[in-house]
Amino acid sequence: MNCFEIKGLNLYYDKFHALKNIDLELESGKITAFIGPSGCGKSTLLKTLNRMNDLVEGCRITGDVRLFGEDIYDDTDVNLLRRRVGMVFQKPNPFPMSIFDNVAYGPRTHGIKSRFELGEIVESSLRAAAIWDEVKDRLKKPALSLSGGQQQRLCIARALAVSPEVLLMDEPTSALDPISTGKIEELLLTLREKYSIIIVTHNMQQATRISDSTAFFLLGEVIEYDSTETVFAMPRDQRTEDYITGRFG
Amino acid sequence: MRSRFDEQLTELNNTLIEMGALIESAIAKATKALEAHDTQLAREIIAGDDIINEKEKEIERLCLKLLLNQQPVARDLRQISTALKMITDMERIGDHAQDISELCLLLSEQEYIMNLDLIPKMAITTINMVTESIDAFVRKDLELAQSVIDRDDVVDGLYMDVKKDLIALVRSDPDNSEQAFDLMQIAKYYERIGDHAVNIAEWVIFSITGIHKDTQVL
Repeated sequence: MNCFEIKGLNLYYDKFHALKNIDLELESGKITAFIGPSGCGKSTLLKTLNRMNDLVEGCRITGDVRLFGEDIYDDTDVNLLRRRVGMVFQKPNPFPMSIFDNVAYGPRTHGIKSRFELGEIVESSLRAAAIWDEVKDRLKKPALSLSGGQQQRLCIARALAVSPEVLLMDEPTSALDPISTGKIEELLLTLREKYSIIIVTHNMQQATRISDSTAFFLLGEVIEYDSTETVFAMPRDQRTEDYITGRFG
Repeated sequence: MRSRFDEQLTELNNTLIEMGALIESAIAKATKALEAHDTQLAREIIAGDDIINEKEKEIERLCLKLLLNQQPVARDLRQISTALKMITDMERIGDHAQDISELCLLLSEQEYIMNLDLIPKMAITTINMVTESIDAFVRKDLELAQSVIDRDDVVDGLYMDVKKDLIALVRSDPDNSEQAFDLMQIAKYYERIGDHAVNIAEWVIFSITGIHKDTQVL
């Protein structure tokens, strides 16, 4: 089953043609990696999947993007879409409030008021994000007092707290040390069982370690999309080979 | 970054060529020692096996360093993993040259019970197979690798001819049996060298196509 089906997608920032005729089917319950040089369109596509590009002035989109069969650009409630499709960014961005309130923020905006219910959601989200044991005794402490790696796992917990179906991650470990990176990667592998994950990464080894499928982007096009093993062991397109082996350019 | 990596891959190819030259020379010398009852040359080959083993270690270290430093993917990964597989077969070929030399010493006082012309033929064919399997790797030449594999039938045919001749000699005079057994073993070593060259060629095909013996490895 596919979480996203993208057909004939084109995206323009004013006159700049940023995504060209993208056709992709992203499998649910899997980790899909988007790779490619800076400016190739991978983050743009990621942001298209929960309509973050709607906020960009001059952005125009044509084509079809379906989340579990539903057209996300056709009368969709964007708030509901963003609950179903959560996002974690490159730089950890906890809100300037307590650890508890960071995780409870989403459920509260969706109308959950019961302290007991919120407490349960916060605990299960922090557990799912593999950070519960580290923060359970200081939930009232400011989130900004956590280390970078902990902050990023808190942001993942915050995304999980609204029970999304898909998690979009834009270089989620690029600002983290190898230990924190390892923890996040382990976490993603456990989350894969429940969520579909789409990750943009510049780290080739990370893509090979954690993703099931990989799409290689170049100049706004998907050049190659296949199982990660195939892309990194026997890429079909010379441009993919040149990029992943560092011969590009 | 990439140019350093390319330099290291060239160094890997050059070191493989050097190891290839050592084992080819060992087989050629072992054949010469056998034909000429040259015990000094046979001892030289036995002593030289350490140099081949050291070359294997050197290439192994280089490959591991490349895996660690460059974390290769795609054709780079296949090239380095193929080199790691190749050197095991190359080292075994060196061992067989040493084995043949040890039997040379054993036979040094004996007159041969047969004309040795088939064994040098085996030697020439297998030396070419070894040389070309390594060339195929360095030049990424699929056709050459396949031709090495195809040539194994020639070596196997020669081995069967030697075996047939030796059986006939033992039948005609049972006193021939002891030397016949030693010569049979020598022929078997050449036949095994051919098999190792085939193994190398099969890995060369993997390094070019990603397919090893009709199986997609990754």
